[in-house]
Amino acid sequence: MSYFIDRRPNARNKSAVNRQRFLQRYRSHIKRAVEESVNRRSITDIERGEKVSIPARDITEPSFQHGQGGRRTIVSPGNKEFAEGDRIRRPGGSGSGGSGEGQASNQGEGVDEFAFTLSREEFLDFVFDGLELPHLERKQLKSMEETRPVRAGISREGVPARINIVRSMREAQARRIGMRAPLKRALREAQAALENEERKDPVLRNPARIETLKEEIERLEKRIAAIPFLDTFDLRYNHLSHQPMPSNQAVMFCVMDVSGSMTQAHKDIGKRFFLLLYLFLERNYERVELVFVRHHTVAKEVDEEEFFYSRETGGTIVSSALSLVDELIDARYSPQLWNLYVAQASDGDNWDDDSSTCMALLQESLMPKLQYFTYVEITPHAHQALWTAYETIRAGHPDRFAMQQIVQAEDIYPVFRKLFSQRTTT
Amino acid sequence: MTRRTPIATGSDWNFDVLERYERAIAALADEYRLDTYPNQIEIITSEQMMDAYSSVGMPIGYHHWSFGKQFLSVEQAYRRGQMGLAYELVINSDPCIAYLMEENSLMMQVLVIAHACYGHNSFFKGNYLFKAWTDASAIVDYLDFARKYIDKCEERHGVEAVEQLLDACHALQNYGVDRYKRPSPISAEAESQRQAEREAYLQTQINTLWSTIPIAGGQMPILVAHDDENDPLGLHRHGRYPSEPQENLLYFLEKNAPLLEPWQREVVRIVRKLAQYFYPQRQTQVMNEGWATFWHYTLMNRMYEDGLIDEGVMIEFLQSHTAVVSQPGFDSPYFNGINPYALGFAMFSDIRRVCEAPTGEDREWFPDIAGSDWLETLHFAMQNFKDESFIQQFLSPKVIRDLKLFSLVDDDRDDSLQVEAIHDDRGYRRIREALSVQYALSAREPNIQVWEADIRGDRSLTLRHVQDRRRPLAQTLFPVMRHLHQLWGFPIRLESLDGGEVVRRYEWPIPDPARDSA
Repeated sequence: MSYFIDRRPNARNKSAVNRQRFLQRYRSHIKRAVEESVNRRSITDIERGEKVSIPARDITEPSFQHGQGGRRTIVSPGNKEFAEGDRIRRPGGSGSGGSGEGQASNQGEGVDEFAFTLSREEFLDFVFDGLELPHLERKQLKSMEETRPVRAGISREGVPARINIVRSMREAQARRIGMRAPLKRALREAQAALENEERKDPVLRNPARIETLKEEIERLEKRIAAIPFLDTFDLRYNHLSHQPMPSNQAVMFCVMDVSGSMTQAHKDIGKRFFLLLYLFLERNYERVELVFVRHHTVAKEVDEEEFFYSRETGGTIVSSALSLVDELIDARYSPQLWNLYVAQASDGDNWDDDSSTCMALLQESLMPKLQYFTYVEITPHAHQALWTAYETIRAGHPDRFAMQQIVQAEDIYPVFRKLFSQRTTT
Repeated sequence: MTRRTPIATGSDWNFDVLERYERAIAALADEYRLDTYPNQIEIITSEQMMDAYSSVGMPIGYHHWSFGKQFLSVEQAYRRGQMGLAYELVINSDPCIAYLMEENSLMMQVLVIAHACYGHNSFFKGNYLFKAWTDASAIVDYLDFARKYIDKCEERHGVEAVEQLLDACHALQNYGVDRYKRPSPISAEAESQRQAEREAYLQTQINTLWSTIPIAGGQMPILVAHDDENDPLGLHRHGRYPSEPQENLLYFLEKNAPLLEPWQREVVRIVRKLAQYFYPQRQTQVMNEGWATFWHYTLMNRMYEDGLIDEGVMIEFLQSHTAVVSQPGFDSPYFNGINPYALGFAMFSDIRRVCEAPTGEDREWFPDIAGSDWLETLHFAMQNFKDESFIQQFLSPKVIRDLKLFSLVDDDRDDSLQVEAIHDDRGYRRIREALSVQYALSAREPNIQVWEADIRGDRSLTLRHVQDRRRPLAQTLFPVMRHLHQLWGFPIRLESLDGGEVVRRYEWPIPDPARDSA
């Protein structure tokens, strides 16, 4: 007796729980591997899942086993040339005979690393583990531009599609009971009176009164029958009210210096930084828009391709970019509607007089609108005027403004972690 | 024999075709007297196969990270194409559950039905070890009970506490079997009914055993003293506890560990019961695979002769079968030990040959079976042996010659390896002996037993390891002792014996170096 069952439609991922348990248990190992790989990988790869290896010896499940040594007899197939009594030199070291006999040698097949693949989600979880976005607040809108229909009780008006049947029937029943009650009472009284009258001696009866009572009874019965089962004013509708939705969107301004002093290597580092920030924002907001602003002495809004790859030369005026960002915010991204982030990368050069302009611009105009401003300076050299100016701003907005120096590509991830590490401890 | 038209051709399958093949195979299997449990054949996807794989094929299992690790490594190997998934997985249960992957071609599905649903299935039902150690009808229910119980423990005591406990039990799961006693069958219903009762009862027993309240004599136990001089009052003359060495470590811990909570004892029991369920499988690999392979080969050939499958399917089958039973030589880069499919298939085929067309050599070696009814003999061999005894009994000179087996002695007192025997007249018996030992569970796993629980002294637990041909324990013993210590709660000692003398002592927690003498 046999039967076939098609299990294919059944749930997959029966092992999901076990998988998560494993990842949880070796969290620190995996995190280390992920950190290494973030630094190693090219930037476009970061979005994919990642192959991770952790040392196999850390995750073995121990059991009692035979060790090396003693006397063993191993039977193997495929003898070609040996005769009884032949002596063979031990292959490498004492008795590492890879005969596959016993568990010890099976497991010791030189697998030092336990490799597996993390999904993209799992990978990013590890990348951004322990980081938080400062001032992540859902902006409440005053204008009703983005709303969401929410059930808000019951109303007497509405469209037929939203009739609440239970409530309508309940209303109808209440009305029927309410309207019938006085009529029924009157009817009962009339009937009692009629009966009373009819029980009297025929001589004493008042035929006129009997007539009136009969008419009355008939009239009341008609009225009772005329009470409608369901009336228009019984109808109740589900009411939907339009609630303003908290804004779940962010815009990220990538600001980069493309003056002559910025080499391609600088830009690459900048790009990695922007990408990390973008991925991070993307996990916190439903929608993230990117605006690329590059500048030398003049700032310009460009597309991604141009932002990273076009070549420019010239001096550097940082304030040009900041004022452009300010204009763009005013024109397109109202702080009421958007969570605003600015990430700036530069090698620290600036026109001497400009740094104070930048400071004023930031202090007065930009900072109040922004959620967060991050500045990374990609330079091995000493800081210049811009850094000093920004330090003043940081002092004024310690939790909305962050700046770090990056010397080489390996620093990006640690710096990124420093910028966004959870502040609960401090 | 009339040739019929094939049931189907090509490589696509559908349920209707599979059912018709299944009926055809069932009819043939009946002819060969293959007695099976009912088959429950489940078609699954490759992802589901990976899931099944990582839970040792069990349809339901409790959660543990080690299964997740298993899953990740299977997935990785599969993705990289290093490993094809097994075409089938079959579970010793009643009904016998077999998984077929949807990606398989028609030929593979038919092959798997023959191999798993009639080969393995009849082995599970017929072999004496499975009969004695497992209860096929109860296993799925028991797994369900185990999973629910462990879920409940996780809820009550936290995932981490349960995980640590399971880690410790898993480390000892090969030592959770009574080898010489037939265990009582596991049944989920009775299990949950009696479970609460048992918890209460067990705890009272432990309490008695570990009671430090003075009994009749009014003597309080005092710390270690083994000599009579130190124990003039004879406080320690009650003999060892346990009086006999115990080989079932998990059972001993479940019943005697002083500090375990009742739920922890139940978890130990679950791991022990599941280990017991797998115990026969570990001892019958060659036989089980050989038997299934022999039957898929025989059944496929019969179907071809009867015209139920066409030449195309047959050629595809032969190619796949050849790959399954290939045995690379020891010096081949593909060598990975003796292939149980190859050895088992060769041996069962050889038994048939000895019965049907014995040579002079066979008559000399196998006077009992040479020329007997092959089907009868084959069933007898399947039912009454395990790998160790099966090889001892049935490995013929011809198979040794065909596989060119040779045995090598690796002795750490000798600076080179020595070829002890090859496939010649002088060597057959020695090779057979050596190969049989190679499959003996007792030689593959160190022999470790509970020697003494010092219930009147420092409560330490002493284990004894009897060395097998001077082979020491691998370094993994330290983490295992650590796990043991977690379960027992007091110091663990382990003595390695060779020829009746203690040659090494281990202790956990690692003692003060000043005190350590071994």
